[in-house]
Amino acid sequence: MTSAAWWRDTLPRLVLSPSFVLVLIFVYGFMAYSGWLSMTDSKMLPSNGFVGWENYERLFRLRHWNTAINNLAIFGTLYIGICTLLGLVLAIFLDQKIRGEGLIRPLMLYPMALSFIVTGTAWKWFLDPGIGIEQIVQSWGFTEFEFRWIKDRNMAIYTVVIAAVWQSSGFVMAMFLAGLRGIDGEILKAAQIDGASNIKLYRRVVIPMLRPIFLSAFVVLAHMAIKSYDLVIALTNGGPGRATELPATFMYSYTFTRNQMGVGAASAVIMLMTIAAVIVPYLYSELRSKPGERV
Amino acid sequence: MLKKLALATAIAASMGANAADQVEVLHWWTSGGEAAALNVLKDDLGGNGVTWQDMPVAGGGGEGAMTVLRARVTANNAPTAAQMLGFDIQDWGAQGAAADLNDVAAAEGWDAVVPAALQRFSKYDGKWIAAPVNVHSTNWVWANKAIFDELGLGMPLNFDQLVDALDAIQAAGYTALAHGGQAWQDATLFDSVVLATGGVDFYRKAMIDLDEAALGSDTMKMAFDRMAKLRSYVDDNFSGRDWNLASSMVINKEAGMQIMGDWAKGEFLNAGQTPGEEFLCFRFPGTAGAVTFNSDQFVMFAVGDDRQSAQGQMAKAVLSPSFQSAFNVVKGSVPARTDVSDADFDACGKKGMRDLADANMNGSLLGSMAHGHAAPAAVKNAVYDVVTAHFNGEFSSDDAVAELVAAVADAQ
Repeated sequence: MTSAAWWRDTLPRLVLSPSFVLVLIFVYGFMAYSGWLSMTDSKMLPSNGFVGWENYERLFRLRHWNTAINNLAIFGTLYIGICTLLGLVLAIFLDQKIRGEGLIRPLMLYPMALSFIVTGTAWKWFLDPGIGIEQIVQSWGFTEFEFRWIKDRNMAIYTVVIAAVWQSSGFVMAMFLAGLRGIDGEILKAAQIDGASNIKLYRRVVIPMLRPIFLSAFVVLAHMAIKSYDLVIALTNGGPGRATELPATFMYSYTFTRNQMGVGAASAVIMLMTIAAVIVPYLYSELRSKPGERV
Repeated sequence: MLKKLALATAIAASMGANAADQVEVLHWWTSGGEAAALNVLKDDLGGNGVTWQDMPVAGGGGEGAMTVLRARVTANNAPTAAQMLGFDIQDWGAQGAAADLNDVAAAEGWDAVVPAALQRFSKYDGKWIAAPVNVHSTNWVWANKAIFDELGLGMPLNFDQLVDALDAIQAAGYTALAHGGQAWQDATLFDSVVLATGGVDFYRKAMIDLDEAALGSDTMKMAFDRMAKLRSYVDDNFSGRDWNLASSMVINKEAGMQIMGDWAKGEFLNAGQTPGEEFLCFRFPGTAGAVTFNSDQFVMFAVGDDRQSAQGQMAKAVLSPSFQSAFNVVKGSVPARTDVSDADFDACGKKGMRDLADANMNGSLLGSMAHGHAAPAAVKNAVYDVVTAHFNGEFSSDDAVAELVAAVADAQ
């Protein structure tokens, strides 16, 4: 092979290799280290005393962890479901060639530009019964109005859903809008000629064609749901008592505040498995060569 | 020209020598009153030629500071001194990162004047590793005098009288108990209630020795029942409220009492109130003669030889009687030495110092569970979980007792 051809093949690999090595060590290497720590008796600082599965046993005995996982299930399902639905509906409405589209689209995207800390703090003030929505509506004369979910142990997790959905649905909307724009107009015209009503058009033609976008949106939202830490801390700091604890806040609190690094590392490994369960099938389906396609 | 060069070199050399007399101090005393109190130490050391390099990490009762400290020590760049509470000091001592202050302690006679209950934290393996700065105590009640006078209430001496007083205040339309629904505040209440319900020996067995029988006993159930009773006296908006906002409820005559440590006194003083005239301070009914304490201490870390002299000077300055008096008058706490004069302290401070001396002599000076002086962080947080869940109605008292036993066992 000529020297030029060799360079052409090898240069990309050479350029990528430093990043590759760094990622290998600092991401995967430290993931492995966390896995090792989860099997040791680390308390305040890492230690190397092997204890096997004891930390995992302890973890699953903790009522606190149970709460965190339940909250993740509630929060995750609602967050992904509502964001996707809302994003899709908003995208479909925006796609109707309305007049103010150039203004409305960035307006819906603005919340995405805020960090979760800002979102959490702002919504903490909005939802506080003493100074937020309840107080304003009551001052308008509706003295019986009550909206104190954020102080209620059973409803506080739904306030986290509200804040998170507000932040991310604009982003999902933008993804769907891009997908809608990419649909070939000819197919839509053909369907309309065949007599499809608007609803049927969307239900049977458009939405199935958006399937890759659904998948992408799901992956992005799922990993954000599992990672949510700053939103919860800013909004409720774990909630009334521990009512809004999520695995991420649990992990931080057990590793650093409570000096139980072993249990914290175990919870981190469980979080990793959950994310892997979502991402790995997705990667597999993306990388698998489809018939007639060159990978 | 040569003369100038020589002069410049001499100045530079002397400045270089002074630069070694520097202490880098990590702490979380960032509010106005606390920073003012710390300035006393800075000026004291400045007068002795030691420069102070401040390293404040705000918030949270020290959580942020402890995380920063962990990073610094693991990177082999420990600060000269760090503010720490209770068991954290012992944990760091166990890591072998702390300096040996036995020389300073012997020269200054610390063993004789620092209460034994404090020494339990300041020393590791027989070596002094920390200099205590103050002693806060957590079993205080702060009351609005105007409300008490209006309703003709005297100082309650036991829990039933406390309940009567709270009922009267609530009936008169005020919020009976000003409280913030944060885990550590619920636990501060719990300290006092357990001490009042079971007495000194029960508190010691349950909270310090973590005896399973004591934790699962009927006395503990009664303590939880009393917590539930106190819950009925807080206002609807108590959840998540900061402690100083609860204090201002009492200051502004919106609420009758607050059960809080003596750092609350700073809020009252800052509002221009005087003990005995606008506000009353008394021990939680049933805990007279005992003190549940927490003590801020400066832990000295093992540093290079060049920094050791400054570190020794700082340790000496922290426990000097003049500094102890000046600092604690501003901070609201009580000196960590029993031989400091109480001339400069106000009425509540004087009472606090008398109570400390008595409790020290009678062996009723007990570490506060809520503030990390009875059990290590893991157990403390486990207790927080149960107490705050019970206070918010998640468990009945029986369930809470069972949960407490299980949680404490799991956290050890």
